[in-house]
Amino acid sequence: MTALAAELPAEAPSPGAEALLTVEGLTKSYGSQIGCRDVCFDIWPGEVMGIVGESGSGKTTLLRCLSGHLSADSGTAVFDGEDGPVDVLSMPEPARRRLMRTEWALVHQNPRDGLRLGVSAGANVGERLMAVGWRHYGRIRETAGSWLDRVEIDPERIDDRPTTFSGGMQQRLQIARNLVSAPRLVFMDEPTGGLDVSVQARLLDLMRSLVRDLGLSVVVVTHDLAVARLLADRLMVMRRGEVVESGLTDQVLDDPQHNYTQLLVSAALRL
Amino acid sequence: MTDAAYNFAYLDERTKKMIRRALLKAVAIPGYQVPFASREMPMPYGWGTGGVQVTAACLTPEDTLKVIDQGADDTTNAVSIRGFFEKTAGVATTTTTAEATIIQTRHRIPEEPMTEDQILVYQVPIPEPLRYLEPRETETRRAHALEEYGIMKVKLYEDIARHGHVKTAFAYPVLVAGRYVMDPSPIPKFDNPRLSGSPALQLFGAGREQRIYAVPPHTTVVSLDFDDHPFNRGGTGECCALCGVADTYLDEVITDDVGGRMFVCSDTDFCEQQRDAAAPTAGWEAAS
Repeated sequence: MTALAAELPAEAPSPGAEALLTVEGLTKSYGSQIGCRDVCFDIWPGEVMGIVGESGSGKTTLLRCLSGHLSADSGTAVFDGEDGPVDVLSMPEPARRRLMRTEWALVHQNPRDGLRLGVSAGANVGERLMAVGWRHYGRIRETAGSWLDRVEIDPERIDDRPTTFSGGMQQRLQIARNLVSAPRLVFMDEPTGGLDVSVQARLLDLMRSLVRDLGLSVVVVTHDLAVARLLADRLMVMRRGEVVESGLTDQVLDDPQHNYTQLLVSAALRL
Repeated sequence: MTDAAYNFAYLDERTKKMIRRALLKAVAIPGYQVPFASREMPMPYGWGTGGVQVTAACLTPEDTLKVIDQGADDTTNAVSIRGFFEKTAGVATTTTTAEATIIQTRHRIPEEPMTEDQILVYQVPIPEPLRYLEPRETETRRAHALEEYGIMKVKLYEDIARHGHVKTAFAYPVLVAGRYVMDPSPIPKFDNPRLSGSPALQLFGAGREQRIYAVPPHTTVVSLDFDDHPFNRGGTGECCALCGVADTYLDEVITDDVGGRMFVCSDTDFCEQQRDAAAPTAGWEAAS
């Protein structure tokens, strides 16, 4: 138990430490439909936060607002970037797109959305490097190869197109493509959706070790409580666009307080 | 000689004014693609409707026009467009590069150095260099606006990964004046170095895609490359079989069905001048 406790980040951050991302009062509505309402949370460096909830509960809306694919109606999301704190919801588009290419990363549910299917695996991984000005082909290729190896794809396949890869490999390739620029904050939208259970387990294993080795902060959106249990340090439960419960993952899943969380936990399939 | 039923150079004055406005904007922002209201022209798309409209907007009655297609003055496309402006504008035409004030070109830059008194008008099929990897116009425009040219490099990377070198031999992307990435129209990359610092004004017109862009005189144009795979202009390493000059862009001509072939200058006017200068007897007969 002590080992487990040591792995968990301290709930109360040490004094002086800055939250990596502070979201306050984030609201987005689609006309009269509420996407998400008054969402507040903090993410600390090295922490994995899970967002769970049923379909339509606003998880993806929240993620898309934070990653700049949707514009939020109100609220702030202050990111402690390399150049000081910035509100990502109100920052100018060029700066936000630059942030998305360097310090942030977004892993899509469907690897086809996150990859360029027309070019080789190496080019997919190298794109972020070239986008930030790498000009040496040999070094780009070398880095791409080592990243393929890191996500357990045979580096021999560096020149193959992602269309020739299996679903699990595509998802791992997408992760490599995103992590190559050494981001500090990674958003993942249902990273294991659509994969079979054994591939899922391998992917989760890989993600856990990458997160630990690189000290990444991750926001992972999922409807799969098992994924949340394995990956997330902290959990946020959403329903109808609002956060109904949040806390340490084990605490939320083992001792759910809100009746919706209780329903969600008891509805999970067990073998 | 001019058919009186036509306005000068076919287009009406308002249209020419609109195109000139687009041209001014294009010259002001080198390499930036300016949208314009491309007109239907009495020729099919792909025959140079964009170039023809730009030429029409630039022509004055005193101009001398030259039209080349793949370097040649006597192919269908060149002959038709020359005939078109002879009929609708009544301007003088020539096949000699030095005599022309406006040169409309498809896929080549003349071998003879251009001068400040000349305008080179390119016919452009696809003006968007990022189209290969990003089919969305909204995204490519944003990429240009924010100077995000990573995906252009992805194309070059992919070429090297696949073929060992940059396979792109024509429409090789260039960076204009350190800001906009531009498709130089399907000229061979052999011609790319001559885009840079040219004393002539270079205008690009894409009729179907409704875009005009420009490289003003004496503008720096750099072909994109990698540090360890620098831009290579290419070339066959052969001499022209007709005029014997070595450093021109050559066309390969198949002469029989047992592998016989010869290389000749793609710029027919330049080749003829070289032959005339060398010896009156030199020429096709001497070569064959």
